[in-house]
Amino acid sequence: MGLAKKILAVDDSKTMREMVAFTLKGAGYEVSEAEDGQAALAVAGAQRFDAVITDLNMPNLNGYGLIRALRANPAYRFTPILMLTTEGDPSKKEEGKAAGATGWIVKPFDPVKLIEVVQKVCPNKAGGV
Amino acid sequence: MSTDLSQFRQTYIAECFELLADMEARLMELDVGAAGSEALNAIFRCAHSIKGGAGAFGLQEIGSLTHVMEALLDSLRDGRVAPSRASVDMLLKARDIVLQMVEAARDGVKVPENLGADIKAALQSAADGTPNASPSTLSLEDKPTPPQVTSEVHAPQSWRIGFTPYQTLFMTGNEPILILRELARLGQTVVTAFTGQVPTLSTLDPTRCYLSWIIILSTDKPESAIREVFEFVTDHCDLRLVNITLQTSGPVSEKLPEKKMDALPALPIVSCAPAAAPVTTAASPPAEDPVHAVPHVTSIRVDLEKVDRLVNMVGELVITEAMLHALMRDFTMDKLSGLLGGLSELSQHTRELQEAVMSVRMQPVHSVFARMPRLVRDLAAQLNKDIRLVMVGEATEVDKTVIEQLSDPLTHMIRNACDHGIETPAVRLEKGKSAQGTINLSAAHRGGRIVIEIRDDGAGIDRARVLAKARSKGLVATDAQPAEDEIDAMIFLPGFSTAEQVTNVSGRGVGMDVVKRNIAAMGGHVRISNTPGQGACMTVSLPLTLAILDGMIVRVGKELYIVPIANILETLRPTRADVRRLEQRGDVINVRGEFIPLVYLGQVFSVPNTHQDPAASLVILVESNQQRAGLVVDELVGQQQVVIKSLEANADPVRGVSGATILGDGRVSLILEISDLTLMRASTTAHAWAA
Amino acid sequence: MADPQQPLGETRQFLSFSVGKEEYAVDIMTIREIRGWTETTRLPGSPPYMRGVMNLRGLIIPIFDLRTRLQQGTTEVTPRHVVVILAVAARTVGLLVDAVSDILDISDEQIRPAPAEPREPGDSLGSSTDAAFIDGLLSLQGRMVVLLNVERLFDVRQIDKAVSQAA
Repeated sequence: MGLAKKILAVDDSKTMREMVAFTLKGAGYEVSEAEDGQAALAVAGAQRFDAVITDLNMPNLNGYGLIRALRANPAYRFTPILMLTTEGDPSKKEEGKAAGATGWIVKPFDPVKLIEVVQKVCPNKAGGV
Repeated sequence: MSTDLSQFRQTYIAECFELLADMEARLMELDVGAAGSEALNAIFRCAHSIKGGAGAFGLQEIGSLTHVMEALLDSLRDGRVAPSRASVDMLLKARDIVLQMVEAARDGVKVPENLGADIKAALQSAADGTPNASPSTLSLEDKPTPPQVTSEVHAPQSWRIGFTPYQTLFMTGNEPILILRELARLGQTVVTAFTGQVPTLSTLDPTRCYLSWIIILSTDKPESAIREVFEFVTDHCDLRLVNITLQTSGPVSEKLPEKKMDALPALPIVSCAPAAAPVTTAASPPAEDPVHAVPHVTSIRVDLEKVDRLVNMVGELVITEAMLHALMRDFTMDKLSGLLGGLSELSQHTRELQEAVMSVRMQPVHSVFARMPRLVRDLAAQLNKDIRLVMVGEATEVDKTVIEQLSDPLTHMIRNACDHGIETPAVRLEKGKSAQGTINLSAAHRGGRIVIEIRDDGAGIDRARVLAKARSKGLVATDAQPAEDEIDAMIFLPGFSTAEQVTNVSGRGVGMDVVKRNIAAMGGHVRISNTPGQGACMTVSLPLTLAILDGMIVRVGKELYIVPIANILETLRPTRADVRRLEQRGDVINVRGEFIPLVYLGQVFSVPNTHQDPAASLVILVESNQQRAGLVVDELVGQQQVVIKSLEANADPVRGVSGATILGDGRVSLILEISDLTLMRASTTAHAWAA
Repeated sequence: MADPQQPLGETRQFLSFSVGKEEYAVDIMTIREIRGWTETTRLPGSPPYMRGVMNLRGLIIPIFDLRTRLQQGTTEVTPRHVVVILAVAARTVGLLVDAVSDILDISDEQIRPAPAEPREPGDSLGSSTDAAFIDGLLSLQGRMVVLLNVERLFDVRQIDKAVSQAA
């Protein structure tokens, strides 16, 4: 049994961040939190994450900027990055994909769906479940 | 199961309050100058964050109102609608209604059906200001998408899936292996990989994807479930999905007829193990019943620095403890000085830790001050006055419990300053003042207390009028000639109100006497200084914390109680001659000619085995609300600072007890509520007489 | 996460404990912890079954004597007695019992409804168990376990009523 997969949850809403963290911890992930893009870059620079989940609308570097910055970093070139979007606004999704997002999770927050999507891009158990 | 999010409802609600306060402050700033996009963005984010969580907790009414707020903010941000005082007012009003909704959610009550309907419509039409407003951002029906549970049972179908990723697939962080694994969870798969595109090793670029696959999948899940697996990669691959089932009893795919010849039985060889069970079995919907009563929990935000300090101290404590343990393991008398040194270190660390922990409870007064600009703005509009509020020292810290109780008195005093203090612009100009009046609100630490000042440059207190009023109400003798400051202090007398006509601003039946009483209840006091014609200044002084109390531990029978030192006047060991039994009034004690009623603590609390003879016990003279009493106890144990704990969090309230604390031995001791006890005396002594 | 060994039926877990010869159980989800008896501080004016308050890591919680609550006298406490800490509505309370017996996996079919009327004397339940506190009955290898309704056991109105009846 290997170490737990590490995920960075980025959102300026503390509630959202904590819910994401709580849900993923419950599914066996190790979760760190950052409250905006800049903070996320700092944390992501200091340690390696197996996946990043980010909100789009945030102060100090928004989600698109964060995704682009992460993709520019060789350590995160192939790392799954999921964006949290409100509504299925297609233009936001497109902009996120263009920035290099792996996928998206549509708010409102649904823990079952979150785990499903995260398992999909960053499974935490070797050999499948 | 880990998917129960109800515990985050409180975090969410606390966050909403913060966001709403932030939003209000930013909106207030907005109407001063031209709206900058950064300011609008920040306001937008507040609404957005509130909306984001609303869906998760089933608070649709909050979600839909913040959604329309977002729409207007979006229009303002894009310049489609020009910011105006009216739109800011509208947003402020909507923000107030959201606050109401959040409060309702916190208290577990339902909001009225149509709450906010009119403001929602107004916001909507304001946002619609120009015709090219995008309809998608304005849809009102912002229902949370129900969790997509793909559990409809279909007859097993067989599918042939051609999956050819573009070479750039990896750049998006997607991983084909994971997609295949995901597919295997839907049913049984046979996977064939095509390696024809893989170049020779020397030209191979490991960041590119050269493989493609054909997967035969047998599943009872619908086509949509299969497509969902490829949801994130549809733009990055060539995907072909063909239903190849032999029998067509299940839902028929439109592509079914064209590929009948590829049909395979629904049970091919298994090369990828199918999922035994989905990882998340409990698909409990996250939506919470908004009426479900939620315990009212408050939380505080603490600076990381303070937490770090605490962690460091606990570290020190642990080291000292380990050192003491090591010392005790093979202790000999020559190590005594080391032991004593360690113990004194331990007690110092403990004291520091206590201070650090108390500092965690200290919060800046900002949270209370932040509500005042809005209050002044609204009052000024209502009273047709021009008032500027200047705030100083918002970062001054005070215990959270003090902050909570500060809001009402402060609001009242600000209200008074606006209503009675500051004059109308015409009057001010006439008096040679600037048309705009100023209220200064400041906070500062002074001598272990927090001092809050509310200073206005208005009319000040009209002493002649105050005196006349006090005389007419019989609050002061008609022939008395009180000093100036005595007259000023009369506004604190119960039943005093200087407003000649009851205005709807401050004439609400709550006078300055209530303010004074509330402040006194917190162990504080309020003073007024007055320069007629130039303005008045209220100075409130409060203790920094209500969480710690200087107490006297007393013993009654086997029980230990805490008497707040603040209530104690003196301790007496009476002789029999000092105590008299009065008809109807019970026992009294003669203290220098004054007869003070005795309260037998053992009796009012029904403690077994206590002294009934005051001459064999001790009498503690206490005072509360100008009522004095002598508490009869067995023994004074000692004086100690105690941490006040709530009794009522888990138990029912007890008359005569204000709270509890935990003594050094871990036992609980009750803190006495002296104001109750002085009143309890009458009935119990009467009862004792009857018995 | 669901244990794959466990059948995913409608089973719930209960903690059973004893008072005298009777065995009672409460839903394990309501239990916070189990601890040994420590001396409590009496609260003036509280009903007889309220043994006082104790300190649970800085939290002050009331301790109820289940024996007294079920009108079977007062527990003569020893350090071997056990306090079951429960979360009831928004409160944390302690229940003084003689001993903790077992953790039971119970399916809903095994639960028999609570009797509507007070029991006959000589019934295996004992005559004095207040039917209102019973959520159901359970027959396990010949022994009878009473499922307690903790909410009702500590319902304030019930308590007030009991106090006024006692007075």
